Amino acid sequence: MPKRFASIWFRHLLTDQKAIRQPGLKGKAYVFAEPDHGRMLIMAVTDAARKYGVTEGMTVADARVIAPDLHVFDGKAGRNLKLLTALAEWFLRYTPLVQLDPPDGLLLDITGCTHLKGGEKAYLQEIVARLKAIGYDVRPAIADTIGAAWGVARCATSGLIVPVGEHRNALMPLPPSALRLAMDQLMKLRNLGMHQISSFIYMPNSVLRRRFGKNMVLRLHQALGQEVEYLFPIKEPVPYSERLECLEAIRTRPAIEIALNNLLERLCKRLYGEGLGLRSATLTWYRIDGKNGKITIGTNHASNRVQHLFKLFFNHLDTVAPGLGIELFTLDANKTEPISDKQSELWSAKGGVDSTEVAELLDRVAGRIGTAHINRYLPGEHYWPERTPQANADIKKAPESEWRTDKPRPMQILDKPEPIEAMALTPDYPPKLFIWKGEQHVIVGADGPERIEREWWLEPGEHRDYYVAEDEAGRRYWLFRSGHYNAENNQHWYLHGFFA
Amino acid sequence: MSPTKEEIISKLRQEMIRWEGFRAPQPGTSNDLGLGAVAFAFPDGVFPTGAIHEFISNSPENTAASGGFITGLVQKLLSNGGACLWISYTRRIYPPALKLFGVDPDRVIFVDVPLQKDVLWVTEEALKCEGVATVICETKDLSFTESQRLQLAVEKSHATGFILRKDVKKANTTACVTRWQIRPVRSHLRIGMPGVGHPRWQVELLKVRNGKPGNWTIEWKKQSFQTVTAPQIIEPKRRYA
Repeated sequence: MPKRFASIWFRHLLTDQKAIRQPGLKGKAYVFAEPDHGRMLIMAVTDAARKYGVTEGMTVADARVIAPDLHVFDGKAGRNLKLLTALAEWFLRYTPLVQLDPPDGLLLDITGCTHLKGGEKAYLQEIVARLKAIGYDVRPAIADTIGAAWGVARCATSGLIVPVGEHRNALMPLPPSALRLAMDQLMKLRNLGMHQISSFIYMPNSVLRRRFGKNMVLRLHQALGQEVEYLFPIKEPVPYSERLECLEAIRTRPAIEIALNNLLERLCKRLYGEGLGLRSATLTWYRIDGKNGKITIGTNHASNRVQHLFKLFFNHLDTVAPGLGIELFTLDANKTEPISDKQSELWSAKGGVDSTEVAELLDRVAGRIGTAHINRYLPGEHYWPERTPQANADIKKAPESEWRTDKPRPMQILDKPEPIEAMALTPDYPPKLFIWKGEQHVIVGADGPERIEREWWLEPGEHRDYYVAEDEAGRRYWLFRSGHYNAENNQHWYLHGFFA
Repeated sequence: MSPTKEEIISKLRQEMIRWEGFRAPQPGTSNDLGLGAVAFAFPDGVFPTGAIHEFISNSPENTAASGGFITGLVQKLLSNGGACLWISYTRRIYPPALKLFGVDPDRVIFVDVPLQKDVLWVTEEALKCEGVATVICETKDLSFTESQRLQLAVEKSHATGFILRKDVKKANTTACVTRWQIRPVRSHLRIGMPGVGHPRWQVELLKVRNGKPGNWTIEWKKQSFQTVTAPQIIEPKRRYA
C-alpha cells in the first residue's frame, strides 16, 4: 500500500482561537503583537485586517496608521505550540500518527485510514467541516509525500487531493515557497526569476547544491519522494493495548475487579500466543466526569499469568476513585519481553533465586514497599568496605568475580563509622582500650592492622588502618584509625562493625 | 502380642509432636545441620526445619553473633536449593561476611523494609512462598498472634524462618518452636599466639518444644560448628605485643 500523508494548514490559528473564545470578535480586524527590540511586532493577522494591508512582521504603530479601528492583543510565545498539541490530540480520531508542524500546521499519516470515512475526499470534507463548525479555517492536502502535501496545502488553490504517483506534476506549477525553504533561499530564487518549481526541477543536483545549499536539494527530494522522510508522532502507539468500554458506568469494587480481570485475560492471551510476557503495565480508567487516573505495575520477570498480574494490580485497587462512575478502562503493556521457556526449571527440585515463585513474591513485595528496597549484592571490584558489596536489583545476574574470604569482615557494619575514644600506646599497634557510648572496653586480643587506601579517583580523604579487636567479655569489634599515627594530634579512631 | 504401655505412650508422643507442627524429615534429604551435640536437644535429635526459630538479642554484639550462627545454619538449608530472604527494618548486615559462614551473598535477597509495620507482612508473604527455603527476619516486636500466623505460614510451605529480635526488653510468649540466645565469648588460640581466634559463642537454647533446653559453647571453624565440650582453662591475661 503506498503511503499517504495529509498536511493540515491552519491559516489563522491564533486569531481563530481568539474568535472562538470571544465570539464578538468574529469578522473584526484584530492582530496579535509581541514585543521585539523595543517595539511591538505583529505576529498574527485576521482576514479583515489583511484587507487594510496589515501583514505579519509590521510594527503596531504602522498598522494603526493604515487601520485606525484595529484591535491589538498581546501574543504569548509558545501559545501556538500549545494549541497545536491540543489539536493534534483531537486529530487522533482520524489517524493514530499525528505530528506537530509548527508554527501553524499538522502532519498526518493517513495510510489505510481514509476508507473508514468513505474515501479521501469524504475524509477531508469531514475534517474541514468539523473544524469549521468549531471555528478554524483550515486548508488540508493529501499527497504521497510529506513535502508534497505540505506544499499543496499552502500554495495550491485547487487539486488538494493529489492522486497516487501524481505529486511530481502537482508540484510543478507551485512557487518555490511550497518546498519549506529558508527565506534567503527564496529571495535568491526570486532574484534569479525562478517563480515556479518547474523552472529549476530539471537542474542537476550538483548545480542546485552549489548555488542554494544542501538543504534545498534535500527538501526537493523529500517532496518528490526520492529521500525518505519520517513522521514523529506525538504519541507513541503502544503495541499491546486492550480497551474495555463499559455499557453502564461502573462504580463498585467487584465490577472494577471483573473489568481488570477481563482486560488481563485478553492481553495475556495475546502475549502468550506470541511468547511474550509483561514487565510493566498501566491500567488507566476514564470517569464520566472527564477525570482519569492510572495504576502502573512492574514485574521482575516477564510474566503472562493472569492471577499473578491481577494480584499486583489488586494491591493498588484502593486508589481507584470511581466517583460517579467509570466508563472506559485501558490496559497498556509498556514493556514486554520474550518469556523464557519453563522446561529447564523442571529439573531443580526447589527453584533458586530466579524461580517464578520467588519472582512473583518479589513483585508482590515491591508493589507494597517499592522496588528500591529489594536488593541483591554482587562482589564489587573495590577494597573500600562501603563499596565492596554492590547493590544489584537484577535477580538473574551472576557475580563476575569471587567473594574474597582472605580478610576478616564483620557480620554487622555501621552505615557511618562511629567515633570512639581510643588509647593506643605505640604507632601501628591496636588500642589498649576504647570507650564507645560511655562504656569502656579493654582489649585483650587484636589482629591488624589492615590498611585500606581510599579510592582517590572516587573521593578524597585519609586511608584507614583496620584492627579486629576482642574485649574482655569476648565481644569482637572492627576498629580503624583514620590517617597516619600522629603523636601530637588527637587520634581519629572509629568503630565500624561487629564480628560474629 | 499386644504392645506394652511404654510403646503406646511413645507412639502417642510421636503423633502429638506431629500434630503440633513438627515434621520428621522427608526421606532422602539430610536434615543434619552440623550442630553436633546441640542436635540432641531437639525431638528425635533433628533440627526442626519448616518451623519458626526465635533469636533474642539485646546488643549489637549479640546481634552479630546471632547473625553468624544463623548464617551457619542457613548454609546447610540452602544446599537443597531455594531462595533465602533477609528482611529487616534497619539493616546492618554486611553481605561479604556471609561468605565466611558458607553462604554466597549473591544468593540472598535483602529486603530493607522502609516501614517497621511492613516487616512482618513481608515475612509472612515470603514464608508462604513455595520457592523460598529460608527467611531471616530482623524485627523488634513479635506478639503471640503474629508468631502464630508465621508458624501457620511455614506449615504449608516447609520453609524455615529465623526471627532475629533486636533490643528485646521483655521476652514474651510466642508460638515459635525454639528460642535461642547467642552471646559472643572470648575466642581461643594456642597458648602464646597473639590475635583473635575463630568466632566462638555461648549458645543458649532457652526454649524448645518437646525437647530439652541447654547451653553450649560453640566455635565456627573450618566452615562448620564445633562444640567446645571441656571447659577451657582461662589463661591469665594475654599480651598481644
